[in-house]
Amino acid sequence: MDVYVRATWYYSRVSDSAYIPSGASAVPAAVPTVVPNKTAAPRHSALVRVTHWITTLCFFALLVSGVEIVISHPRFYWGETGNDLTPTLFKLPIPASRNLVPTGYKYVLPDQNGWSRYLHFQAAWVVVFTGLLYLISGLFTRHFRKNLLPRGADLSWRELSSAIAKHLRFERPSDAEAWSYNLLQRLSYPFVIFVLFPLVIWTGLAMSPAFVSALPATVNVLGGQQSARTLHFFVSLALVLFLLVHVGMVCLAGFKSRMRAMITGRAATPAATTLERT
Amino acid sequence: MSEPSRVELSNRKLSRRRLITTGIAAAAGVAGLGVAARLAQKYGLVPPDHGGIYGLGETLTYASQRLLTRHSLAREFSSSQISKPPFANEVEPPTDEFKRFQAGGFADWRLSVNGMVARPASFSIDQLKSFPSHTQITMLQCEEGWSYIAEWIGVPLTRVLDVVGVLPQARYVVYFSIEPDTWESIDMADALHPQTFLTYGMNGDELPVGHGGPLRLRLPRQVGYKSVKFLTHLTVTDSLKGFGKGLGSAAPEGGYAWYAGI
Repeated sequence: MDVYVRATWYYSRVSDSAYIPSGASAVPAAVPTVVPNKTAAPRHSALVRVTHWITTLCFFALLVSGVEIVISHPRFYWGETGNDLTPTLFKLPIPASRNLVPTGYKYVLPDQNGWSRYLHFQAAWVVVFTGLLYLISGLFTRHFRKNLLPRGADLSWRELSSAIAKHLRFERPSDAEAWSYNLLQRLSYPFVIFVLFPLVIWTGLAMSPAFVSALPATVNVLGGQQSARTLHFFVSLALVLFLLVHVGMVCLAGFKSRMRAMITGRAATPAATTLERT
Repeated sequence: MSEPSRVELSNRKLSRRRLITTGIAAAAGVAGLGVAARLAQKYGLVPPDHGGIYGLGETLTYASQRLLTRHSLAREFSSSQISKPPFANEVEPPTDEFKRFQAGGFADWRLSVNGMVARPASFSIDQLKSFPSHTQITMLQCEEGWSYIAEWIGVPLTRVLDVVGVLPQARYVVYFSIEPDTWESIDMADALHPQTFLTYGMNGDELPVGHGGPLRLRLPRQVGYKSVKFLTHLTVTDSLKGFGKGLGSAAPEGGYAWYAGI
């Protein structure tokens, strides 16, 4: 028990970007004195944890309200305009909350657009401010370069194919990955943060008649207001896909330990991971 | 328990310093919010439906878009982009009163204008047509997601407001449909905007009843429900508190946002 406590102490003092060699599970009791005056570094900084969960909350609010808004017109178009009289790019095979929409269903769902639109835009504001806070602090703390972006040495086909192969075999991540993101995480997380989130905000704003009156290029380069709506739908779908894989990987890696790391900041030590597995 | 180590002591010191800085930051934040709220109120950036759980998002949307779009023009399109045929959304079955106007070719239809104006007046459709007519080819987009482009023919609202003489303290224009419980309001930035039309024609013809004929307010920088059909009455006011439940228009009373630029 004494060794376990000391081991926790040791691991919680290693910086969040440190790579723990797999052979480090047998920690000598004398190790703690080697890292004096270093404050306990959590697996994820408080700011990362708080912004992560606010974003999660907002994402669910945006998803539920977005689905409700789509239900009022589950038809998608390309170009500037589209309505019940024009051909569609595709239709969702679901009933609608408006009785003029030709869905093939004989019933109409209740209208939920009022609160859905209020909630959608409110959650969008909160997630944009949260994202800005995360971006600014990430730049100052060098979080992106240290923890999030792929390390130069890892960017080879060999590393990539081995990482993909490990994931395809549903291999449990190594203990080191409790402390540092693997290559696929270092590719997908920046993609979500720097590509999908900006795209979903842009395509959303491109649907706003007032916003595009001031900045018409934001919708014109997308090919029109209905194109923006269709793209907004697909980017949202990509984000939902990421969410599903993300939650799936969290479960595979150890739901309790990964959740604890993102909630309290304390990551599982190799010893604790072994305990959880048994 | 052993004595606290130097590390723990320095942690404690750090947390006390953190507590103080966090406290100062929080106080500054609250004070900043207070100042922002005062300024927003002063510059007319607070929407009438700012209360309730969605008030924050609604206020941020309205304030930011009002600052960004005070004078900007809605996108206009070429005549080849006009949707054929334009999609007419569902309207309530016409009332007996409306049918009487329709039987008379809307010759007796009146638009009355009162409130904070120097010369309250009422206009027939022919009188509105006697002002120089303007056209715009703009998109009508519904909050549901569909849209169409049409040529709208009418007189800019600002022209009629000039005739009745809006008093300087005016802040909003409230407008009413002949349909019961159908009314909206806009701020003066939208009321005086050159693309805000009293519309009596569409695509080179009269405005069809299905699209709000004989008279519809067109507001191309906001989604469709702000473009009220069958317009009969305008009131200029400095406060929306006395109208309905004081939320600004019928939309928030039905759960929809007052400002619909998004």
